Amino acid sequence: MTEVLQAILAAIPSASVELVRNPGPSGQHSLLVGRDHALAVAEFLRDTLGFDFCSNVTGVDWLPHKVKQTVLRKEGADAKEVRETVEREVPGFLEAVYHLYSIAKKSGPLTLRVRTGDRAGDVSVPSLTPVWKSAEFQEREAYDLFGIRFTGHPDLRRILMWDGFADHPMRKDYVAPDDCEYEPTPHGAVLARVNARTEAA
Amino acid sequence: MMAAPTVFSPGGTPVSPEKSRTIDVSLGPQHPSTHGVFRMNVTLDGETVVKLQPVFGYLHRNHEKIAEGNSWLAAMPYTDRLDYFCSLTNNWAYALAVEKLAGIEVAERAEYIRVIVGELTRLQNHSAFLGFILGDMGAWGTALMYGFREREKILDLFESLTGARMMCNYMRFGGCRCDLPPGWLVAARKVVDGFPAFLDEMEALLTGNEILLARLQGVAPLAPARAINSGMSGPGLRASGVDYDIRKVDGYGIYSRFKFRVPRGGAGDCYDRFMLRVLEARESVEILKQAMSGIPDGLILNPKARQRGFHPPVGEAYGRIEGPKGELGFYLISDGGTRPYRFRIRPPSLINLTVLEELCLGTKLADVMVILGSIDIVLGEVDR
Repeated sequence: MTEVLQAILAAIPSASVELVRNPGPSGQHSLLVGRDHALAVAEFLRDTLGFDFCSNVTGVDWLPHKVKQTVLRKEGADAKEVRETVEREVPGFLEAVYHLYSIAKKSGPLTLRVRTGDRAGDVSVPSLTPVWKSAEFQEREAYDLFGIRFTGHPDLRRILMWDGFADHPMRKDYVAPDDCEYEPTPHGAVLARVNARTEAA
Repeated sequence: MMAAPTVFSPGGTPVSPEKSRTIDVSLGPQHPSTHGVFRMNVTLDGETVVKLQPVFGYLHRNHEKIAEGNSWLAAMPYTDRLDYFCSLTNNWAYALAVEKLAGIEVAERAEYIRVIVGELTRLQNHSAFLGFILGDMGAWGTALMYGFREREKILDLFESLTGARMMCNYMRFGGCRCDLPPGWLVAARKVVDGFPAFLDEMEALLTGNEILLARLQGVAPLAPARAINSGMSGPGLRASGVDYDIRKVDGYGIYSRFKFRVPRGGAGDCYDRFMLRVLEARESVEILKQAMSGIPDGLILNPKARQRGFHPPVGEAYGRIEGPKGELGFYLISDGGTRPYRFRIRPPSLINLTVLEELCLGTKLADVMVILGSIDIVLGEVDR
């Protein structure tokens, strides 16, 4: 993984690529690629490093969350060092994840991650369909279910939900509508909300 | 600017040349050859396909969202419903991904059982495929019944092992749900030993058949480089001449212990995709014979592996197997909780369709169904 990282940085020095460690036992670490150079990095991976098979493409929704961090802070006149735990806000973002294999070298998987700026307005990442055609339907699916906009995709339309549908159901904060249009026999929590609304009206 | 020349229809009605050239046909979603509810918007020039747009989503129930709202174990029976022909390999792929994610070892006997039921699944999938593709060519019914007759024998085995013919829900993290019932291996060996005779019979009827050759040979060839770039996997990839079988490459489970060959095609046309299934089924029989003679006694479930209340450590994993239809993968992210944070299925049926339009362009409308049949899809997995 570090060899791949170094090879990318040697070939495209301006690219922002960093290693994202996987804390779990699977040992599948990934490379976080900046949006500006994702297409160039993908082309380099395919043409020079032989990752000719883009197996899996998907989205992940990361909500805003807090990360605890321990920092050293100097305090008082004698500048005594004090350990302190601070909470840092990490803004939410969407992530497109690509799993690459090399059929020629029989190696893989190499995990690529490309992140959007936030979850609302800045949701574009470059499409890698021009590099691997296998991403075409899967990027459409990530657009449909997560709302990631793939710029440069030849045919970015909804694929699984119907065309008039407005929301992105795989988002973590998606709430299914309770207007009974989608639930012919309301029950449980939906029924309670419907009853409350009809009583209020 | 000059006006476009007016073309007159035989009745004398003026027709604009732009509109008279092509015709749009909506194939499906209710069509006997679409293997479920799948639609293709086809633009035809005469009988020749000039554009094809697949339309998905008629069976969409957002399986991934359902799985992210349930416990890790509760997703297992849902995986049965992906490719409902091959529930056992779906179970296997999910169990394999979870075992990678949490670092669980699988009991030795369970590994053998997984190989046996996995290869039986491949046999019944391919025998059904042989019937279906003949149906797509117009031999509606008879060939399918030959395939289904053989499939029934294997489904009987699944029923006596798991209690269900199709929705097996059999694998667990670290092993399998229950041990082989008494006499099962004897019955399974009988079915496996009889399988080559079925293939011989099918081949005697089909592979040299003049009509079958005319309908399949040279239709929709796929070059190896295009197959790889388009994400084709499984028999479709190998039919194009690419030597890539995940059972060999990853050697997951205990596949590295068995001797088998990986058949490959040459032209990558529909006939190669058809023949590859026959050849692959013959190799599966070889694997089954080795696995059934080598199966040890012992536990079928790793006693350290938790099932209920299972919460894998924080991390992610992508696990994949060589399913009967191609590379079936699961991408899982755990936040340490009792539910998956992200649950993603890599569906071979959907991704193998990426190349469908390319294959169909320039062929006749009647060939579209054969090309679709040769890719071998199941809509439960395409739409999820």
